[in-house]
Amino acid sequence: MSTVTDDGILGNTERKEVQEVDSVTILFAGDSGDGMQITGSQFTDASVVFGNDISTFPDFPAEIRAPVGTVEGVSAYQLHFSNHDIRTPGDKLDVLVAMNVAALKKYIVELKAGGTVIVDTAGFGPADLKKVGYATNPLEDGSLSGYRLVPIDITTQAIAAVKPAGLSGKNAERCKNFYTLGILYWLYDRPVEPTFEEIKKRFAKKDPAIAEANILAIRAGYNFANTIELFTTSYRVRKATFAPGLYRNISGNAAVALGVAAAASKSGRRVFFGSYPITPASDILHELSKLKHFNVLTFQAEDEIAAIASAIGASYTGALGVTCSSGPGIALKSEAMNLAVMVELPLLVLNIQRAGPSTGMPTKTEQADLLQVLWGRNGDSPIPVLASSTPGDCFETAYEAARIAVKYMTPVVFLSDGYLGNGAEPWIVPDLSKLKPFESGFGLDKETYKPYLRNPQTGARPWALPGTPDLMHRLTGIEKEAVTGKISYEADNHQRMTNERHAKIANVVAEIPETKPSGDASGDLLVISWGGTHGSVLTAIEEARKVKQGLGHVHLRYLNPLPKDLLDVMKRYKKILVPELNNGQLAYHLQGRYGVSVDSYAKTTGRMFSVAELTTKFLSYLA
Amino acid sequence: MSIATPTAPVTPFKPQDFHSGGIVRWCPGCGDYAILNAVQGVLAARGKAPHEYCFVSGIGCSSRFPLYMGTYGFHTIHGRGLAVATGVKSANPDLEVWAVTGDGDCLSIGGNHLLHALRRNIDVKVLLFNNQIYGLTKGQFSPTSAYGMVNKSAPYGTIDQPINPLKIALAAGATFVARTSDNDMPHMKMVLERAANHKGTAFVEILQNCVIFNDKVFEEYYGPKTRKDSLLYLHPGEPMLYGATTERKVIFGKGRLLTAEATDKEAPVVHDETDETLSYLLTGLHYPDAPVPVGVFRAVSHPTYDQLMTGQIDLALKSNGAPDLEKLVRGPKTWKVD
Repeated sequence: MSTVTDDGILGNTERKEVQEVDSVTILFAGDSGDGMQITGSQFTDASVVFGNDISTFPDFPAEIRAPVGTVEGVSAYQLHFSNHDIRTPGDKLDVLVAMNVAALKKYIVELKAGGTVIVDTAGFGPADLKKVGYATNPLEDGSLSGYRLVPIDITTQAIAAVKPAGLSGKNAERCKNFYTLGILYWLYDRPVEPTFEEIKKRFAKKDPAIAEANILAIRAGYNFANTIELFTTSYRVRKATFAPGLYRNISGNAAVALGVAAAASKSGRRVFFGSYPITPASDILHELSKLKHFNVLTFQAEDEIAAIASAIGASYTGALGVTCSSGPGIALKSEAMNLAVMVELPLLVLNIQRAGPSTGMPTKTEQADLLQVLWGRNGDSPIPVLASSTPGDCFETAYEAARIAVKYMTPVVFLSDGYLGNGAEPWIVPDLSKLKPFESGFGLDKETYKPYLRNPQTGARPWALPGTPDLMHRLTGIEKEAVTGKISYEADNHQRMTNERHAKIANVVAEIPETKPSGDASGDLLVISWGGTHGSVLTAIEEARKVKQGLGHVHLRYLNPLPKDLLDVMKRYKKILVPELNNGQLAYHLQGRYGVSVDSYAKTTGRMFSVAELTTKFLSYLA
Repeated sequence: MSIATPTAPVTPFKPQDFHSGGIVRWCPGCGDYAILNAVQGVLAARGKAPHEYCFVSGIGCSSRFPLYMGTYGFHTIHGRGLAVATGVKSANPDLEVWAVTGDGDCLSIGGNHLLHALRRNIDVKVLLFNNQIYGLTKGQFSPTSAYGMVNKSAPYGTIDQPINPLKIALAAGATFVARTSDNDMPHMKMVLERAANHKGTAFVEILQNCVIFNDKVFEEYYGPKTRKDSLLYLHPGEPMLYGATTERKVIFGKGRLLTAEATDKEAPVVHDETDETLSYLLTGLHYPDAPVPVGVFRAVSHPTYDQLMTGQIDLALKSNGAPDLEKLVRGPKTWKVD
């Protein structure tokens, strides 16, 4: 007789063979309305609580609800969990969960040979097949023979399971994602309690019937998987060994919001966040709009230009102006970014990049705005540019960008991307006392005040705030006379001011720590990467070095200015390779800056590099 | 019983305290000089110190205005002055923020920001210098140029219909809408003072003469000789009479305003600054069919954007308690690894 736990799930005495595995990559895919994001994130939470390392990546269409049952309407959530340190959401899939035939069609190519594919057979009717252009049913025509196919009529079983909760029709059918979750929980020996608690917290008051139904669905899925003969084995991914510390799970966009809040707190300044909604950056606006009590004002502007212009206005008054967008919005902001360059006010410009050009692919990742933010403005317009490398690193990099903006009285661009912004990982909660302090307050003595007098160390001008007696001054985008800030069209003065603006940004190099390549300190190949490719590149470096030596890696946070020792480091290797998700922009930048030959490994598919392709590429350089 | 006699307010400031000392670089005879004098005079009389003001502008002849004010000032980029001003006022509500703009800056490239500043009721005084022409770029037609006007970019006459800025302001929900002219100092000062004292976006259209590219465009009706016959001076609570001997009046017609002899049996319309429909009807009066209304069209009280924002901050503090950054960064769920 089986034992039944308090949660109503069949106890472990019923467990079949349990197999140990190091890591698993699962992709949940279904229609946009099937709740795949919630299914994936619940599985993630359960894995986090269990103690695995995780890395996730949601992959969803730009359309909110594309036509039901079409490949275009498929929404997916990829999760990599393991018993060891991981940095990517995984290359190939171990398990594909396909809630309909469109999901199967889109993602079957990502499944490893021999991998498990769990399908909801209810989504494989003749009309469904026709919609995606299948002449025959892949569940029956043998095309899936290379995989372990687990066909289950999830929809029908879920509807039956939630009957006691009084749900019917559409509402009952919606529970199929939680039924699926139950199956996966059994298969990978996940604890169900955290999910039950979450469901109760979310629905118990608002809609107790939904809460009950979802719990019933998970329980039924779990017990079904335990009972049926389709699964001969369940799997166990043991806890990962983490460095000691307090952890939380975080997405890149949430980390940016926290970094901005930390900047408000540490600088003692009000943050004014002017933003216009855009994929994939909007979550930062959502997060910050909840933080009014942290002295963060959010302003949803009428357009991208008003978003940045209002932030510049706020900076004039002594607030830390922040604006946020993605590539198309950054293009609209560029004239105002130049105003901030010219009037020399602090401004943080957050760019969560997406695949371009133009509207491009809003929900797909790319890092192709580097040259835009470095050079895409009129006139000689130097701006510091920093890029985050992991979801958690978005916190520190955004904070650092804000700190530099204030210290050097300049706009600073922070680059992230859709992959980092929406991706999540466990993150050690940072020790806030270790964050570098903000520095400002130069040149405000009313006897000696001049609007464009420069701090001899940084080149920054004084930040005198409207409302202060005796420091009245006027700012303008017109060229100004050095020191006095009066309008000047004088030839030598323009040269001087161009030089001063340039020198100030060059001074930011003092903030950049020594460049320490990982891997080998010299040899055949130095890989230089930046931004969201960090996890894939670093993992591939480790893989390649298991086979061959002579391989080093530098991941840049500071893209302008570049680290002062970077060229010296580059010279220690025979070849330089820059893998990046664009058409070779950092490679171009490095060659232009240093006049050295750099190989580019460039890709624009809207997706992250796979570890396997990078490993192969790196090995091709090694003797 | 003693009768209080109105006296000029005692203030420590003179108009020249509001001058930056910079050389004013408008063309000789430009209407902008008069507006600068009027603003400096009004501010000196208000009693607030120059450092409490921040003047913000976009690009254009009018937008050089902040550079000549002895206050804080920000001459920004084309069309975006109001967006910048929104950030200035929201981040520091203690500042008295004024925005100076022209018909191109405000209604063409910056039209969107005007709509949204007005609907949000940002507490900024907006001075629209309307000269119906692009001056700084040397004589192209603007969004307020008359249909058919021949100019540098419309040698066959412009085929664009002009925008009525006051109609736009009212449609966007403006809480204060007024019109005055650069050639009538007392009237300009009266309107500017009303605007200065309004809490919320105060939108003031100033008919401003461009001596170089559109000289005397308003002269026919706002010149000193004709203005009594062709302007309608608005006074709250008073009947709408005009003409040298107030021999004419404005009356209600079928869904619009009409003009009539004072002797007509219909009663004159009494001005009500809180009547939105009446304000809108007034914007439809055009020379030469009707007198051109000047003065305050509309003035109503409504919470300002910064007041509402401050209210939300207070509410957030009340419901969340003092901010705890460490707790925020820890988030809803943590786990410890030893």
